[in-house]
Amino acid sequence: MPDSNQELDARGLNCPLPILRAKKTLNGMAAGEVLKIMSTDPGSVKDFQAFATQTGNQLLDSSEVNGEFHFFLKKSD
Amino acid sequence: MSEKSLTIIATKGTLDWAYPPFILSSTAAALGYNVTMFFTFYGLQLLKKDLSLSVSPLGNPGMPMPMAMDKWFPVLGTAIPGMQAMMTGMMKNTIKTKGVATVAELRNLCLEADVKMIGCQMTIDLFDIKHEDLIDEIDLGGAATYFEHAGESNINLFV
Repeated sequence: MPDSNQELDARGLNCPLPILRAKKTLNGMAAGEVLKIMSTDPGSVKDFQAFATQTGNQLLDSSEVNGEFHFFLKKSD
Repeated sequence: MSEKSLTIIATKGTLDWAYPPFILSSTAAALGYNVTMFFTFYGLQLLKKDLSLSVSPLGNPGMPMPMAMDKWFPVLGTAIPGMQAMMTGMMKNTIKTKGVATVAELRNLCLEADVKMIGCQMTIDLFDIKHEDLIDEIDLGGAATYFEHAGESNINLFV
């Protein structure tokens, strides 16, 4: 599991809120820093992949932990 | 990454149909798109400071009815006075319990992300909509203004 600089609890939120909150949090972070996001929205698995592909932020890890989805996004330069 | 752009024409003013334009616009903005929304006809309701949007089961057979209500109320029952208020209340409740954003929240996220919002001048004249009833962050314009953005845009949607 990668280390993270910041965490975002998006549990209980539905599409598109996890992505929007993640984007907002990343805006306040420095390039190279890692954001850990916790979500309960199954749709967020594909959405975070798509978010990473389109924004250039790197999805370091995506996993399911006890019915929750955890993502590690590294902010792009 | 090259900058892409999206325009959406929002023409509907009900609680359910308020979602697609705001969800797509806020998400596109988060993905780095330049987004322009054009609000015309009933879509102007989505620009009101006071968002009092309703959803109606009337003429909407695709709407899932809670508690098998469609069995108890035949089609004509959806026209009973108070049914629209009841369905709107129920949907707002479901939106809350399912963690879905409110329309006002999504609109604010769009504004924060610099989504450009244009209200249709003709509709404002047609329905005598008061400027002071609309949010301040919008511009007004017409079809030509829309095409100024749409002609340069990668994706243009009509909702």
